[in-house]
Amino acid sequence: MTNSSIPNPKPLLLINRVPDYDVSFFKHLSSYFTLLDPTAEVGSDREKYKDLLRTHASGVRACYGMGMSPLMKDTLDCLPALECVAGTAVGTDHIDLTECRRRGITVTNNGVAFSDDVADCAVGLLLDVLRKISAADRFVRVGSWPVAREYPLASSLTRKRVGIVGLGSIGLRIAKRLVPFGCTIAYTSRSHNPSVPYPFYESVHKLALESDILILCCTFTDQTRHMINTDVMTALGNKGVLVNVGRGGLIDEAEMVRFLVEGRLGGAGLDVFEDEPSVPKELFGLDNVVLSPHQAVLTPESIQASKDAALANLLAFFANKPLLNPVRLD
Amino acid sequence: MLYSNTKPTESMESMESVESSSSSLPKIILLKPPPIFVHFETQFSRHFHFLKAYESPLPLPSFLAAAAADGVAAMFATANGPQITAESVFDHIPSLCCIVSSAVGVDHIDLVECRRRGIVVANAAGVSASDCADFAVGLVVDVFRKVTGGDRFVRSGGWCSDEFRLGRRLGGKTVGIVGLGRIGSAVAKRLHAFNCRILYNSRNKNPSVPYSFYSNVCDMAADSDVLVVCCSLSDETRHLINKEVLTALGKEGIIVNVARGPIIDEKELVRFLLEARIAGAGLDVFEREPSVPQELFSLDNVVLAHHQAGFTEECFQDLFELVKGNFEAFFSNKPLLSPVV
Repeated sequence: MTNSSIPNPKPLLLINRVPDYDVSFFKHLSSYFTLLDPTAEVGSDREKYKDLLRTHASGVRACYGMGMSPLMKDTLDCLPALECVAGTAVGTDHIDLTECRRRGITVTNNGVAFSDDVADCAVGLLLDVLRKISAADRFVRVGSWPVAREYPLASSLTRKRVGIVGLGSIGLRIAKRLVPFGCTIAYTSRSHNPSVPYPFYESVHKLALESDILILCCTFTDQTRHMINTDVMTALGNKGVLVNVGRGGLIDEAEMVRFLVEGRLGGAGLDVFEDEPSVPKELFGLDNVVLSPHQAVLTPESIQASKDAALANLLAFFANKPLLNPVRLD
Repeated sequence: MLYSNTKPTESMESMESVESSSSSLPKIILLKPPPIFVHFETQFSRHFHFLKAYESPLPLPSFLAAAAADGVAAMFATANGPQITAESVFDHIPSLCCIVSSAVGVDHIDLVECRRRGIVVANAAGVSASDCADFAVGLVVDVFRKVTGGDRFVRSGGWCSDEFRLGRRLGGKTVGIVGLGRIGSAVAKRLHAFNCRILYNSRNKNPSVPYSFYSNVCDMAADSDVLVVCCSLSDETRHLINKEVLTALGKEGIIVNVARGPIIDEKELVRFLLEARIAGAGLDVFEREPSVPQELFSLDNVVLAHHQAGFTEECFQDLFELVKGNFEAFFSNKPLLSPVV
């Protein structure tokens, strides 16, 4: 976009963030917008943040939402002119979508900026759990190889039945990667997609009954909270494997820990948790669990792509063009 | 590679002298038990009678001579057992006609000598190819995206206090496959779905594959972000991955080995890793297993495994069927199921 299409003075852009984000992208943003970054002044003081909004942000039409920084009703109340929130994340559970819908605020996410990297990591976690890669690494590093008499056989990925929960841009990429491994793919999603060759199941419970592995990559909403519960985990079975690259809250975490500790679930590859960065300590002693610090989405390239996506959506907004990655608000 | 798996096995038969042949089952010499035998001994023993050199008080040449006197013609070989050569084995047991190996690699068997004496050899070709390829891909993703590194970070409590140093994107990277056999082809097919560009170096060009062929592994390394070693071990491939190749691979390069340790010059590899002259490695095999260079234990960008790429329950079941099938074929004068050509 050339500078001639940017209004002069540059439009005001609110940066909604919690402290400790990398702000190096702001230099680039400020060539298009006048930035309002209250967090730089007030740190984590949310009340002072809202005070600054009330004083300075009454005319702000657009907001650059960094990562998972919350944007709830109390903040939205201070932004009467807000029309567009462009997030760098793909998830939107940190934004009060109901309130945005009520006010006619459009929300965009980063589209597919993260999709390939998440899919790579989801498959990596699955391979690690089934083939015990991290467990093997621990075994070797602790010097056990020359001395141990026994070591359990791992489980092959060939012919395993994979149930994908949420066949969106990430779920489709996971399916594409798993097919050459000889896995069969089935899925559950908000709706049946007739253009994909995989069997559709109306419920995650039914899917779990027919799967060896469940991979969670759906949106986190009130409807999907704790969708992986006792019944689903029982249906998946004591050789079943869970991989979660969605949100920790998709799983009843305390129940899952119980299932894993009691051997009622075969294993888990977890990138997300209900109370990050807190991870249930009982998992640390398990060899059939692989833990990841919410990094499935994060590579230097995907981080840059997510910022570029937010910027592209903001530029489209100010040019009155269709937004690139609008999010469903229901 | 010397463990049983965790399933209990029946107590081993008491040692029988080689001379007594009360069993009517066909006899097979076993110099050292491969993992598949440890796992499936009960099942194997329903079909065959194993003469266990490792349980005999006789020195090996005497043990073999006694077996020869009994006309024993078959041997079950393990990859990590003694070298099978004229001097160590064939000269002592002229009755030997058939060797079935539990592994794909038969570099421990003097095949030239076998051909000369008319001894047929079968290996485990094909059984573990997809599982080995899966493991190789698992190592590639792991090193790029720090799956094991991340797990270590979380388990140590690091997530609550430190920032995690991210991995790198795998998509769009160039993968150089060393040896496009069964395993190499399977690796290619899988990584292609991760949006990787595939190159390969092999003895011969394969005109039916869509990947770029390199006759020289060093040239391929120069054009690759990651090398995946999938070839067999031979005189030509020993230390194939040497200082020159690692230099060509470069500071951002990664190497994964699921083939045989001696294909890589291990001392050089360790040096390159310690000096950050390559970016990381995923290693399932080593030059002197079970010995692993201790310097690797403190590195975060290396993933280590104890020769597990072919070790799954399913693969072992298939391997049991294949070994049993090969012996049954031999004993009924039929061609072996998986002869080594």
